[in-house]
Amino acid sequence: MDLSLMASSLPKLLSAAVITIKLLSVSLIIGLFIGLLFAILRLSKNYIINRFAYAYSYVFRGTPLLVQIFIIYYGLGQIEYFRSTFLWVIFKEPYWCAIIAFSLNTGAYTSEILRSAFQTIKPGIIEAGKSLGISNKIIFYKIQIPVAIRQSLPAYGNEIILMMKGTSLASTVTLMDITGVAKHIVSTTYKPLEIFITAGGIYLLMTFLIHNLIKYLEKKYSFQ
Amino acid sequence: MNIFKKTIFSVLAFLLIIGNVYASDKIRIGTEGAYPPWNSKDASGKLIGFEVELAHSLCRYIGRQCEVVEQDWDGMIPALQMRKFDAIMAGMSITDERKKVITFSQGYADEVASLAVMKGSSLEGMNTPAGIGLSSPNSDAKKALKTITSVLAGKTVCTQTGTIHQNFLESGDVGKVNVRTYKTQDEVNLDLASGRCDVALAAAVAFTDYADKSGKSVVLVGPTFSGGAFGNGVGVGLRQASQLGGTLGARDAELLKAFNKAINQARKDGVISRLAIKHFGFDASM
Repeated sequence: MDLSLMASSLPKLLSAAVITIKLLSVSLIIGLFIGLLFAILRLSKNYIINRFAYAYSYVFRGTPLLVQIFIIYYGLGQIEYFRSTFLWVIFKEPYWCAIIAFSLNTGAYTSEILRSAFQTIKPGIIEAGKSLGISNKIIFYKIQIPVAIRQSLPAYGNEIILMMKGTSLASTVTLMDITGVAKHIVSTTYKPLEIFITAGGIYLLMTFLIHNLIKYLEKKYSFQ
Repeated sequence: MNIFKKTIFSVLAFLLIIGNVYASDKIRIGTEGAYPPWNSKDASGKLIGFEVELAHSLCRYIGRQCEVVEQDWDGMIPALQMRKFDAIMAGMSITDERKKVITFSQGYADEVASLAVMKGSSLEGMNTPAGIGLSSPNSDAKKALKTITSVLAGKTVCTQTGTIHQNFLESGDVGKVNVRTYKTQDEVNLDLASGRCDVALAAAVAFTDYADKSGKSVVLVGPTFSGGAFGNGVGVGLRQASQLGGTLGARDAELLKAFNKAINQARKDGVISRLAIKHFGFDASM
């Protein structure tokens, strides 16, 4: 084990963590909105809307994230017509391709997490609101959504950690995140063990922080 | 007693497995299978190309059986060191940087590197000599590097990771370049064609091969590069015998001698030129 190499590669890997955190946070924010929207669509009684939302989550949960990135990055880039549209300005950039793939992926999982949370809300809570004469809209925004988010915190925390690890795939589309920089260092030092252990340590540290943040939120917003 | 027996047994089993791996007389040769025409795969996934055929020829000269195994480029040298195979034949140029960790046989082929763009690019018609050598650059070469520096400024230059081409782009010889690295040359070609890369750098034949097979209008621009960061030809990559003394070290030293001798014979018999002409379309042997 070359400890001095591990130490000298640490600053480079830590500065690459900024890209990882950026990818993760932007995708999570967009994914949360997509997830909320599709969870609501899933609860719709309209058959077509319902099936559409189901198909979205089925496709994005049923295929590997790597395949999704490759289709969005390399696949769409092959279509000449697509390259002539204004969308190419966005899809030309590896960063935005990664954000789009990650957001759609985490959005699908988030929609399932929120849907099940909505469905497990006790009918009594809603009925209590109705009996007080609160409108359906207010019940939805002020009771159902907050309760559902609280219910889904543990599962959502898991999803954040999975997504954080998923961002390592950004390196396959030339982005220099932690994994990308690690590969770059390995390509000149030929010491994969030391470098990937250091990179793994940074991911572990991030998992630790996310895990504790979620635990704190769970406690803060517990019903008791 | 029981523990003692168990320990003895596991040690023996371990030795047996290790022995099995190293007693096998086959030389295992690692190649990428993704850098045509040096090495690639056919539709059925079989490894083909110049180096795959040359590997089997060299093994015939050595008088041992060969097995060509596939390995991703970015893990090639670590895999050699971990003894996943005994030799690298993967279009790997002989460079000082690599010599720090592995050793090379004499070169068996040499081929120049070149920049490539899509037809219609503003980089077409760059005014430089046809080829420049970087081992001890003359005034023309220095002037050409200056021209390239100004042309590449602000452009996205794509190349495969861990290659001489990446080293060159990051060496500062052509200023500070916006380099994007890819796992395989295939991916570089895809992004060059899609327009994500303004310009790409690789072995000139890698581009002409892609242009031929895909029908895309990829054109070479600027001078061809050789020497310096681009190394001194392509050779068989082998473990340094000094890294590990004893029997294994001796085996590695023996293998280096065997490959050098086999390359001499193959060259004399015209085998290398014949294979080079077959795969490259010109005599790239050395």
